[in-house]
Amino acid sequence: MLLIHNGRVVDPARSFDGPADVLIEGDMIARVGPKLDASAAAGAERFDASGLIVAPGFIDLHCHLREPGNEPAETIESGTRAAACGGFTAVCCMPNTQPVNDNASVTRFILDRAAAAAAVRVWPIGAASHGSLGESLAEIAAMKEAGIVAVTDDGKPIATAKLLRHVMEYARSLDLPVIEHSEDASLFVGGVMREGPTSVRLGLRGIPAVAESICVARDVQVCTLTGARLHVAHMSAKESLELVREAKRRGLPVTCEVTPHHFTLTDEDVVYDSRYKMNPPLASRDDRDALLTGLADGGVDAIATDHAPHTQASKDVEFDRAPFGVTGFETALGLALEALVHSGRAPLARVVELFTSGPARVLGKKRTIAPGEPADLTLFSTDHRWTFRAAESASKSRNTPFDGRGFRGGPMATIVAGRIVWRRKT
Amino acid sequence: MSFSFRHLLGTEALTRDEISFLLDQSRAFQGIQKQPLKKLATLRGKSAVLAFFETSTRTRISFATAAARLGADIMNLQAESSSTQKGESLVDTVRTLEAMKPDVIVIRHSASGAPHFIAERLAIPVINAGDGLHEHPTQGLLDALTISDRLGRLDNLNVTIVGDIRHSRVARSDIHLLSKFGCCISLSGPAMWLPPEMAGLAPGIRIEPRLEEALRGADVVIVLRVQTERLREPALPPDEYIRLYQMTPARLALARPDAVLMHPGPMIRGLEIDPAVADSPQSTVLEQVTNGVAVRMAILYLLTGGAPGLVSPPGPHAE
Repeated sequence: MLLIHNGRVVDPARSFDGPADVLIEGDMIARVGPKLDASAAAGAERFDASGLIVAPGFIDLHCHLREPGNEPAETIESGTRAAACGGFTAVCCMPNTQPVNDNASVTRFILDRAAAAAAVRVWPIGAASHGSLGESLAEIAAMKEAGIVAVTDDGKPIATAKLLRHVMEYARSLDLPVIEHSEDASLFVGGVMREGPTSVRLGLRGIPAVAESICVARDVQVCTLTGARLHVAHMSAKESLELVREAKRRGLPVTCEVTPHHFTLTDEDVVYDSRYKMNPPLASRDDRDALLTGLADGGVDAIATDHAPHTQASKDVEFDRAPFGVTGFETALGLALEALVHSGRAPLARVVELFTSGPARVLGKKRTIAPGEPADLTLFSTDHRWTFRAAESASKSRNTPFDGRGFRGGPMATIVAGRIVWRRKT
Repeated sequence: MSFSFRHLLGTEALTRDEISFLLDQSRAFQGIQKQPLKKLATLRGKSAVLAFFETSTRTRISFATAAARLGADIMNLQAESSSTQKGESLVDTVRTLEAMKPDVIVIRHSASGAPHFIAERLAIPVINAGDGLHEHPTQGLLDALTISDRLGRLDNLNVTIVGDIRHSRVARSDIHLLSKFGCCISLSGPAMWLPPEMAGLAPGIRIEPRLEEALRGADVVIVLRVQTERLREPALPPDEYIRLYQMTPARLALARPDAVLMHPGPMIRGLEIDPAVADSPQSTVLEQVTNGVAVRMAILYLLTGGAPGLVSPPGPHAE
């Protein structure tokens, strides 16, 4: 038994925000309520959460754990340790591994590795098409049986509207969401950062914002045709958000996520340093502000990291040549508190929702602190000062633009299935 | 005027005073080009690496000539023979070159920012000889030297740049430099090569897709090379370019009568420029080439630790 006492429980799924203790028995939550000490908790291990927020376990809808295939950059073990340091209790790993997770044996490999070595829950996402090549349907039903929670060809969009239609029809019948990396390939090709004043000044080839929104428009249209759940990954453009908002107004099952780097940085921050190179690229200030508004008002459903580790050798090259992607687990909550709570844009409960019940809904799951629920909890502070050091990261990779950044508030402990898997050293 | 920078990466970061200083220093080397014995011993014992990761003839020979005339030894690296073809990273390649103890490295690279990337990782001075679509600062300086020679000043001129602005590192270096002297810069060319964001690059820029309008009253006309590899579908058929943007005598006549006509080379006669314009007295094409050597001598000299003014007045040293 583990008793989390003296904390402030913030549970958006139940609209609860107040002092409460949480008693865990085994891997489940047994009781939630004020002052549990005296009663049932006799003999329980105690975790004093004074001054801390006790939230449902954070879910990351979008990460790359690189195993199998690129273990020098990350493994399921190292990636999930970094996730635990970031307060995440479950992470959804994208299928663009080597080999691609497009069949049940790869899915099972990932889950077996996770069972053996992962610090937090790993929920694999399967490829929509074989090899994510955009030609033929992957073995989605078999992967679902093995344990995938969604399908995507992430890294690129599902290649054609016709294939997308088939994927969506099939995914709907299997009750899986389709996650789209929305990007028009013809407008994207050759680009390394967002097109705009900075790309023109730096002489870096630009990707226009509409490269994303054109594809979001297509995806929403195919959603109307099929009725499948569509989730727009790492959305960066104001226009895309408008399309998602409109789809929601029409009652379509469309959701979207935004990454911490997109709601924190803009294309104006880009310098000749590949730690600022990711896809979608950092957007304009106008886009960034629209994303912040969407995060605050419910237009955006989830914060997802798009944690994309790369080895130092692969990133320490000319900007043009570097692979896209930045790491993100450990800085996600600190950045969200900075951009949303400390700035006054949103209440704390909204940020918790974006990390918990928001992403859970996308997956058709629930996330709440209640008796009988899995004992996955994220404990964090909203005010302690700390500095992120990439060199001390649990990830095997260091490719982050936030190295050395100071934060106010961040994860303090991560509890998965009743076990404290990470706790901040004080 | 003090000399405050270690590298020459672009004209954007230079101040007006620094540019004036570099032009003054370059003038000291101009004289040497006219003497029968052009070689100095100023950099004897020093060596320059010319690391050209992108093919180049004129800029590489210009830097090699400049280094040779200063008495420096030259080490050449060319893309086709370089270890990058074998998969070595840029940073490893340049660190290997640095380990041979050169005093300066001149780099040309197809990736914008490659010189900045290596400048952060090497202890020796880095000279940008053209990076991607970004900058070509010695071209900017030699253009400024040429303009100031012809017109007697750089301040407050009307400058028109014509062509593929989007992909031109020459345009960016010229714009940053000339803007600091209060020039009004009109940019003209096919719309797909003329991003409106260029207007925000520096003060005093005007975007004018209609070439005739852009040319009216110009003191300086800079015709950019049409990068023929870009003249293909879906960009623009060559005949369309010629029809709207080729610099013809009639179009040049819209500029001021004493306007100078510049081209960074290599020039494609009959495409971006009418041969009659290329060979007209207004054309400064060959002066630009000559001035390029002087500018590069000045830069090599200063960045390898030469004291400003030491070479002025210039005189050849027998070897």
